[in-house]
Amino acid sequence: MAKPVPRPTPTEQPFYDACAAGKLVLQRCQHCGHVVFYPRTHCDACQSDQLAWEDASGAGTIASYTVVRRAVSADFEAPYVIALIDLAEGPRMMSQIIDADPDALAVGLSVKVDFAAWSEDITLPVFRLHPALDGGDAGP
Amino acid sequence: MSVSGLGGEFALIGMSESAVGIVPDKSPRELCVQVTLDAIQDAGLTLGEVDGLITCNAFAEPIMYHAEAVAEYIGWQPRHCVTVNTGGGTTFMALNMAAAAIQAGMADTIVVAMADSLRSFMSREQAMVVQSSSGHPHYEQPYGPTVPAYYALIARAHMDQFGTTEAQFAEAAVSCRAWASQHPKAQKRDPISVEDVMNSRAIADPLKVLDCSLVSDGGAAVVITRKDRAKNGPHKPVTLLGYGEGHAYEHISQAKNLTTSAAAQSGRAAYTEAGLTPDDIDLLQLYDCFTPALLIQIEDLGFCDKGEGGAWLASGISRPGGSKPMNTHGGMLSYCHPGNPGAMFGLTEAMIQMRGNAGERQLPNMRTALCHAQGGIMSSHATIILGAED
Repeated sequence: MAKPVPRPTPTEQPFYDACAAGKLVLQRCQHCGHVVFYPRTHCDACQSDQLAWEDASGAGTIASYTVVRRAVSADFEAPYVIALIDLAEGPRMMSQIIDADPDALAVGLSVKVDFAAWSEDITLPVFRLHPALDGGDAGP
Repeated sequence: MSVSGLGGEFALIGMSESAVGIVPDKSPRELCVQVTLDAIQDAGLTLGEVDGLITCNAFAEPIMYHAEAVAEYIGWQPRHCVTVNTGGGTTFMALNMAAAAIQAGMADTIVVAMADSLRSFMSREQAMVVQSSSGHPHYEQPYGPTVPAYYALIARAHMDQFGTTEAQFAEAAVSCRAWASQHPKAQKRDPISVEDVMNSRAIADPLKVLDCSLVSDGGAAVVITRKDRAKNGPHKPVTLLGYGEGHAYEHISQAKNLTTSAAAQSGRAAYTEAGLTPDDIDLLQLYDCFTPALLIQIEDLGFCDKGEGGAWLASGISRPGGSKPMNTHGGMLSYCHPGNPGAMFGLTEAMIQMRGNAGERQLPNMRTALCHAQGGIMSSHATIILGAED
């Protein structure tokens, strides 16, 4: 077995192409302006099919998080941090927060996107704490 | 909003439970067959007098046409036969679909039967992977979330927003275990303390293993018919007074609100149809897959104000001797949790209590019960309110 890896649909492919290039992109509805995530064919605010990709800032805050102590399968090594990230553009995204001291985590802290290879073909967005945005030490 | 249809017109006239907990000698299909026949017998009927079957599928033995396969196994050709799948909420949504089918003339008397064997017919690893497969395959599962992790995200958000503590979540497990210790069939009967829960093995912070429901085998079934046909059975019928549904999302990462669930909608609809309020409910049978889910249901179903669920639990009000008894069989935290059938045991326990057959844990003056089920990660909710016959 291996970690679950997305098999992107044509609709989703631009998202994963951008991840592979180290960029986070999101769809914006050209009809109502809503920013959509996960990638879709129709806006989940107004159901328009006029969605266009644009670059995202990669900044967000922690809406919630958990330190997984018992891994879902042997393909994951516990502990790891699963979090819900509120992106600066609006949508919420599940991801991992990497290289973080579990005791340093809190709801509301700022994070910044990074990217990690999940397979030969697929790169996924992950996040790191970003204390500089919270007025703290930016670290090395 | 709810698909209304119960509203005092329908009654539960039969029920059955299989052995629960660790039941290695019967497959999920065999358990489903057993509870189907037992419930019909309990209703004082023969197979020929029942003309509908609704089941859910089993993770441990998936069958493409599940209900048909159960009917075939016993040589039965019911007029109405269908398999329902809305996760843990399947139980009461199936019950409402049974009422709706009877209302529409598709059948007169229907068995709703469910069984699964997550404990004996799957490895622990298989059970974990199958359950976590409810996550979005592209935007959740790749990160390795477990089902406890999804609920841990909800728990953490509730702690952050309302100051709820891990010890308050633990109170839910303590309450359910206190009831289970009075039930001879419960999978876990040794009383536990808040400290026991707090010191149990960490699973996904802030949840420990005793915050998580059991992994079990078992099945249960009920027989539903129109109230005017329910008079001549061996047991006093239990009336379905109200029903409600709420559907907020499928995946937790798409939830607009992590701390208020669509139980608020399903509960409101059920209370309205029943003409009752939370104060009128004698017995709460809630969906305790994880302690924070239980706490949020208590709030969303109106038994306390939003954010006060922790204090409500810590007051001991839901324990034996308390004024709002909850999960008197021990719930999925201590009685059994065979997956999608889990909430059926909340329903059968309410019927046992209304029949006065609950032994040591029997409640006095049982008039009304509220049973709640949910599927997904606090995603799909169904609430039923039951009334005892005079």
